[in-house]
Amino acid sequence: MVAKTLYDKLFDSHVIHEENGTALIYIDRHLVHEVTSPQAFEGLKLAGRKVWRVNSILAVPDHNVPTTERSSGVVGITDPISRLQVQTLDDNCADFGITEFKMNDHRQGIVHVIGPEQGATLPGMTVVCGDSHTSTHGAFGALAHGIGTSEVEHVMATQCLVQKKSKSLLVKVEGQLGLGVTAKDIALAVIGKIGTAGGNGYAIEFVGSAIRDLSMEGRMTLCNMAIEAGARAGMVAVDDTTINYVKGRPFSPKPEQWDSAVAYWKTLHSDAGAGFDKTVELDAATIQPQVTWGTSPEMVVGIDGKVPSLDLAKNDVQRGDWERAYAYMGLSADTPITEINIDKVFIGSCTNSRIEDLRAAATVAKGKHIAPNVKLALVVPGSGLVKAQAEQEGLDKVFIAAGFEWREPGCSMCLAMNADRLEPGERCASTSNRNFEGRQGQGGRTHLVSPEMAAAAAIAGHFVDVRHL
Amino acid sequence: MQAFTQLNGLVAPLDRANVDTDAIIPKQFLKSIKRSGFGPNAFDEWRYLDHGEPGMDNSKRPLNPDFVLNQTRYQGASILLTRENFGCGSSREHAPWALEDNGFRVVISSSFADIFFNNCFKNGMLPIVLSAEIVEGLFKEVESSVGYQLNVDLDAQSVTTPGGKAYVFEVDAVRKHNLLNGLDEIDLTMQQQDKIKAFEIKHRQTQPWLFN
Repeated sequence: MVAKTLYDKLFDSHVIHEENGTALIYIDRHLVHEVTSPQAFEGLKLAGRKVWRVNSILAVPDHNVPTTERSSGVVGITDPISRLQVQTLDDNCADFGITEFKMNDHRQGIVHVIGPEQGATLPGMTVVCGDSHTSTHGAFGALAHGIGTSEVEHVMATQCLVQKKSKSLLVKVEGQLGLGVTAKDIALAVIGKIGTAGGNGYAIEFVGSAIRDLSMEGRMTLCNMAIEAGARAGMVAVDDTTINYVKGRPFSPKPEQWDSAVAYWKTLHSDAGAGFDKTVELDAATIQPQVTWGTSPEMVVGIDGKVPSLDLAKNDVQRGDWERAYAYMGLSADTPITEINIDKVFIGSCTNSRIEDLRAAATVAKGKHIAPNVKLALVVPGSGLVKAQAEQEGLDKVFIAAGFEWREPGCSMCLAMNADRLEPGERCASTSNRNFEGRQGQGGRTHLVSPEMAAAAAIAGHFVDVRHL
Repeated sequence: MQAFTQLNGLVAPLDRANVDTDAIIPKQFLKSIKRSGFGPNAFDEWRYLDHGEPGMDNSKRPLNPDFVLNQTRYQGASILLTRENFGCGSSREHAPWALEDNGFRVVISSSFADIFFNNCFKNGMLPIVLSAEIVEGLFKEVESSVGYQLNVDLDAQSVTTPGGKAYVFEVDAVRKHNLLNGLDEIDLTMQQQDKIKAFEIKHRQTQPWLFN
């Protein structure tokens, strides 16, 4: 038998039809949110098409929702354009009979948090969503990637996607992470090494002892940022950690299906000797807490580092990028990272808003207070269930006592589609995934870090090495 | 979908690498529930000096004179020339919608982000990959010659310069066929619906938990 990669197994087992290297693949789970779906629903309606399999879809509003008091529901959204978009999702889901966790449902949250939380993301699945961070779900040994709105419509109408197989990239991280070093730091270190285009055309499989040691939430953080390395899909093989996480969730296999599901899931790993098109290796022990300094996730250094100088740029194009990044970020070459003061802190997003992230940040913040120069420190849980769990553990009180604001779940200041944003020139320590120009608000300056590092920066008022606290 | 066959068009150079889709169309414009009207807000934060919000009269906003696409010589351009990893980041199809609405039908670069690349083909747009050396040469020619046009021929898979130099590009055969003929992909897939149904029945038998 030919040795197969995990990606081969997931892709091949969903091929319906193949011609000239282009395959029609079956989609098991379709996650939907309010921003990238209205035009797809409109297309279906205009063409008089039905949804192929309604129960494959789970919908939730997350990008536009306010994170402040919102008990009045959709009508309480003050921005009329946002309100219409959320209302349109509610209307479309009602029209097509799609399961939706509405804004005031206690299960509402960021689409990439609630899928796994509900067991709607399972090993062996193909998972799509009109959102690039769908790569998150690959943590379960699933083939998961973002799609455009035309494809959202295509999947709704046909349950399929037209796909060409990607090349395969093996990212191997062996060894043990140091204390205070997280999955986020692995992700940023990988991106720093291969660049934001390094994974273009590839599906990444993360392997190695440091990956196996990660919890499911850590694996989700890692796969979430595969797209920031250019790879549409990132994945981790199934093991006991995966299976234990999935057990007993609302959409998980029923008791009578469980044993056969587990038997199948245990085959979801790359076979010994399976070939990859490219391999990248990292030593976990050498990874420091990472901080981005520029306007692309690849512009990243360890906390001990400095903003790099132009003579380190690899060519003229990169030199130009770095010069623009210095100007936009208001930083000069050779500035030590620990000397960068911050104005705001954001702990949240589909990358880092799960319970373990909040626990880690709370551990750092406990008994301390945010620095006087920090104008706003937001904690935005990934879902209503994460929020409830955190409150049960008293984490909300820890954050509030330390001067943080404790908010309602949503995408929030990761992309600032709602009212949570940076003002021009403000600098933020953020646990999100993108530090692009304007991402958190026009003129805003984003530094990507782990939850521990964000909390530590909030307390100190500037970046500090969480390992020395 | 509109077909794409040939284009003889003015070229605009955007000399940056890693242009992300947040830059192509900022998030505040993604609140629209329509597919059209994004053109005036393409590259909004680079293009205007003020902060743009949906509903503004864009014709009255102050343009950034330093932004290359605002230069008179590039008005009416239908081919965008840019650098590596164009379209990275968010999967928002609003990015190709905004470019197309702004008059661009072709984007030439040394590489593209996967999701953006794919989204272009769904909207009658052609993303073309040429080597970094060729792209560098084209930047020099565009910048030194006002009114510089390229001829793009999808059937022949060629980009031809005013000097008659022709560069061949690769394009997937299925995508090429669909684009040349402006075919609706959903209609095409529905021709396979018997196969989809048969697959689904088998899939349900082997992994019933996927259908709970």
